[in-house]
Formats: sequence, C-alpha cells, structure tokens
Amino acid sequence: MYKLLASTYKEFLLLIRDFGGLAILFIMPLLLLITITLIQDNTFKTITETKIPVLLVDNDKGKVSKSIRNGLTKTNSFEIINEETENGAKELVFKGKYQLAIVIPTNLSNDLEKKVNENVEGILSKFGLDEAIDPVLKNVIAQKEVRLYFDPATQMSFKSSVKNGIDKMISQIEIQSIYEAFQQQLTEDESEAIFDTESFITFKEVNQNNTSEDILPNSTQHNVPAWTLFAIFFINIPLSINMVKEKNQGTFVRLRTNPISYSTVLGGKTLVYLCVCIVQFALMLFVGVYLLPILGLPKLEISNKLPMLFVVAFFAGLAAIGLGLLLGTIAKTQEQSAPLGATLVVILAALGGVWVPVFVMPKFMQLLSNISPMNWGLNAFYDVFLRNGGFREIVLEITLLFLFFALTTIISIVYYERKNAV
Amino acid sequence: MIQLHQLSKKYRGTDFYSVSKVDLAIDDGEIFGLLGPNGAGKTTLISMLSSLIKPTSGSFTINGLNYKEHKNQLKKLIGIVPQEYALYHTLTAFENLRYFGSTYGLKGARLKENIDEHMENLGLSDFANKKIESFSGGMKRRINLIASILHEPKVLFLDEPTVGVDVQSKNAIIKRLKQLNEIGTTIIYTSHHLNEAENFCTRVAIIDRGQLICKGKPKELIEQNTNTTNLEEVFLVKTGTELRDHV
Repeated sequence: MYKLLASTYKEFLLLIRDFGGLAILFIMPLLLLITITLIQDNTFKTITETKIPVLLVDNDKGKVSKSIRNGLTKTNSFEIINEETENGAKELVFKGKYQLAIVIPTNLSNDLEKKVNENVEGILSKFGLDEAIDPVLKNVIAQKEVRLYFDPATQMSFKSSVKNGIDKMISQIEIQSIYEAFQQQLTEDESEAIFDTESFITFKEVNQNNTSEDILPNSTQHNVPAWTLFAIFFINIPLSINMVKEKNQGTFVRLRTNPISYSTVLGGKTLVYLCVCIVQFALMLFVGVYLLPILGLPKLEISNKLPMLFVVAFFAGLAAIGLGLLLGTIAKTQEQSAPLGATLVVILAALGGVWVPVFVMPKFMQLLSNISPMNWGLNAFYDVFLRNGGFREIVLEITLLFLFFALTTIISIVYYERKNAV
Repeated sequence: MIQLHQLSKKYRGTDFYSVSKVDLAIDDGEIFGLLGPNGAGKTTLISMLSSLIKPTSGSFTINGLNYKEHKNQLKKLIGIVPQEYALYHTLTAFENLRYFGSTYGLKGARLKENIDEHMENLGLSDFANKKIESFSGGMKRRINLIASILHEPKVLFLDEPTVGVDVQSKNAIIKRLKQLNEIGTTIIYTSHHLNEAENFCTRVAIIDRGQLICKGKPKELIEQNTNTTNLEEVFLVKTGTELRDHV
C-alpha cells in the first residue's frame, strides 16, 4: 500500500509539472465539446436561425410556383434568391456558390389545373354527374418536372431532407388542386366549403420518459455525453506517452531492478489518471450547465443525475486508462504510442456511435459496435441523461467497462512480465 | 559471495554469444572491475546479475541465493547503478530519491536521513530541491548513484558510473564508493577508464567477445605480462588493437 501511495504521488508530481500536458488534458476537451455542440446545434433546433441560400428559377409564375416559394419561406430554413435562367442557376450551383437550385417548369400551374380538372371530370362522369369526355378530345398533358440542382459537395442527408420537403410540398399542392376542382364541379357557391382541406393526420413528437419531466434531446444533451466520452478516452495518449518516456529515460529499467511490482507502478498511474478523468468530466458538466447557455445553446439538464453520471464517468475513465496502460506497455516510442492511441480512439468513437448513430450503421458495423467500450459508455450516459436511468439500467454497461479495464491491465502485466522474465 | 557458473547469454536474432560460459567467484567486500572493449559483454553480464535479462544457460548465486528462486530477496540485497541517468527529469533530486527509496520500503525519518546523508557526502545538499533537468552530467551521475544505495545494498553493480563526468565528480563518486566498500559493500563495476580501475579495484577481469580472458589483482596482471607497466597495456595485450566498432 505504501509503495502504491508513493507511486501515485510520483505520478501526480510528474503530471502537475507538465503544464503543457495539463493544459491539453483539460482545455482541449472543453474546446472540442463547445465547438462540436455549436456546430451540431442547428441539427437539433426546430427553428433555425441560419438560412441556406437557395436559387429559384420560376418559369411558371403561377399558383404552384407561388406555393412552393411560400412553402420554402415558411420553413425558415431557406433564403430564396431569384435566378432568371436554368443555365445560370446550374452554373452557380456547380461552382459551389449555392448548394441548391430549384427550377420550376413553364406552365406548371396551368397544366396541373388542366390535368386535375380532366381527372375530376372523368371521375364525376363515372358517377353520372358529368358528361364523359371523348378520349380523342382529351388534351395530352406532358408530365412536369421540377428540377433540383445540388452542389456536388452537398451531403446526402441534406439532399434527402430537401427532396422530401419539396416532394411533400408538391403533393400538398396537387391535393389542394384536386379538392378545388371537385369544389368547382360540385357547387357554384364559392363560399360553400364541401371539403375540410386541413390535414387529418398530424404528428406530435413525444419523448418516451419514465418520469413526468419532459427532457428534450437537444444538442447539449446529446453532445456533452458523446464528446465527454471521446475526451476521456483521449487520456490514453498522454498516459501511454508518460510510460514510453519512462522507458526512454531509463527509470523503468531502474524500477525493474527495484522490489516493486509492475502492477503497483500501473496502480499509481491508474489512480492519478482516473482523477484526471473525473476532473475532466466535472469541467465538461460545468461547461454544459453554465457556459453553453451563455453561448446561446441549450442548458445541460443534470438535476438528480449527478451521482449516476459520475459512476459512468468513473468506469469509462477506467476503460480509457486500461487502453492507455496497454499501449504504453507495448509501444517502444512516442511515435508508436501517440498515433496508435489517437487512431484507436477515433475508431472506437466511430464504432461506438459518437459520430453516427449505431442504428444507421450497416448490420456488420452494428455488430462490431457492441465491442466498443465507447458504445457501452455512451449507452450508459444516454440511459442517465435522456432516459433517467438508475444504477440498474447502467449496471451492464459499467460492468463491461470495468471488464475492459481489467482485461487490458492484465494483458499489460502479463506482456510486461513475459517480456522481462528472468 | 557471488558465484557464476557457466553463465551464458545469446540474444534472439544473433548467431553469437554475448556472454559465453563465464565461471567467476567474487568474494564479499571486493571491488571487482569488469573490463573489456565495446561490445565485449560487460553490460550483458551485469544485466544478468541484476536480474534485468535472463541468462540463456548457466546460473549464478548472490550470497547463496539463486536468482530463479529468490528474485525478490535478491532485489533487496543488490543495488544497480545503470549507465544511463535513470531519473525523472521534472522531479527534484529529493523527490526522485524519496520515490526510489520508497520502492525499497524505506519511509519516514529513516528515508530522509539516508537521503540527506548521501546528498551531503556527494556534495549535493544545496540542490535537493532543484529539478534534475537543471543538473549537470556530473550531478546527475551522483544522484543516479544515490538512488541505488539508499537501501544500503550488500552488493552494488555499477555500469560505467563515471562516464562523461568531470574529474571532480569522478573523484567524489569513487571516494563514496570506497567508503561504502569500507563498511562491507561488495562492488562490481564496469569501466573504460583503466587507470581508474587499476587504482580502485581489488581485482579485475578482462572480458572480450563474451569470454573471460583473464582475472586477478591489477598488480599481478601487470607483472604476469612482460613489457607492460600498467593495466591499459595489459588490456591491449589481451584484447588487441583492432577497433571494435559494431552495430
């Protein structure tokens, strides 16, 4: 025990003497958290303040184009910029000046009206309410095409959401036109409302919650746990560098000749770096609760969750330290440990669902994500942050995190003992 | 007593023995010098005796304790001064010594007294609270020595303890080693400074290409070899003048 305390104190001194390293350990994760939360905030906002400029080529100049224009304006997501020609719009989009151009074809409103009228008359004639139109006299109305030009650099998710939005808008216009056509055919009185044109089916977003509290999954609630975990796992880099330095300085050689076990040496490192993880986590929470609201971001909601959150941070920290101990034991140089540690964290984060939710990953990657300690940590954090989970809900994840720490530490000790067996 | 029996070491990936079938007995209280050109096997031999590397074959005992069965007991019995400065550069001299002392179970007043005494003897008292990174090579060598003798080892291994230091530091180190020897510490050291070894050692062994070439008191070795007047000349007679560059 005395040797463990001495080793812990030595590690503490080494850490506080490295001001640059300390700054990186505490300031960089905070910068990461603030930056990512600010960037991702709009994704989570229902009403966004940032408007995407969109080119609109209105060759129709009718009711439909007016509806599309109004629909786009109402979303509050787009700033409509008029462009005279399709070629001009195409060029500007391909040059990357705009992300999107919408080209509305000529006579869209007239042709839609004609087509709808024709269809309505056809239906009414079947019911004997109107005269049947001679098929020879029927107008041939060509299908109309609303063209969307996207900047090649535009992300798929953005493309999909814009396409879906415009598709929905056009469908609504078509339905509206059909209702109007029926109205005109069935009554002379324009004030008489035969149809209720309001949407019958509407959506309401309800967040499943086992308490009366309604916690909205905003950018802060999502980003703080994800990026805190990311930062906690980055601790493996300074830790493994610390161990490689000891090898290069020769102090490890001295310790091998002294009557102190490798597990005691690792124990000292574990205790100090675990404290670092906990302090890092506390700072992240502080930023989430007090600093992010100042920056116009949603406040991190942590009421009644602090003890559980620290339990998750404790075990996530242990897992991250286990990884660092293993890397530090195996690596011979800092050039090996630092890039390997960074790459591993990025891979584990990607697998763990820090960047892309696990459910949208291919099946094989979803299976792989189950072996990422970041996935266990993130699920535990979400259980506490968003699902108000208690100890019972997180016990599986924290057990896995602890087993990961135990396994990596045992491998480190066995590797060290075998390599240095005398 | 240190007893080596047919001790050999062949590193993985090499086709030669760095140390080959060395038989040697070193008595308690001796100052024994292991001399040899670069790559002769001196460091390998000391590394085996200090439990840093595993012998390929053969065995050795220190004070009757076999290295395989009494590893932890042996660690408490011996002290090793490595060739490199095995110190934490951002810690002070005192912090380094307190930590290394604690790994031997030393604590409290005894640990502090030991540190103060050795710092005093090696002229470093005024620098106890200075960081190692600000120390000169000679000062680091002396701290390196203190870190290995705080627990008062019965046997002290030193791998080139005076390399790269000024005459004053070298003198202080040798003086302190003689004091330790006077109180019963057996000293085994390697060096390229043959004049130093001639004056300092009670016995020396010359090793070349992993083999023990000769051993004895420096004076006797000089007398045994005609036309030699000092240990350096004996060394050249025994090991030749061929350069020993190796990678």
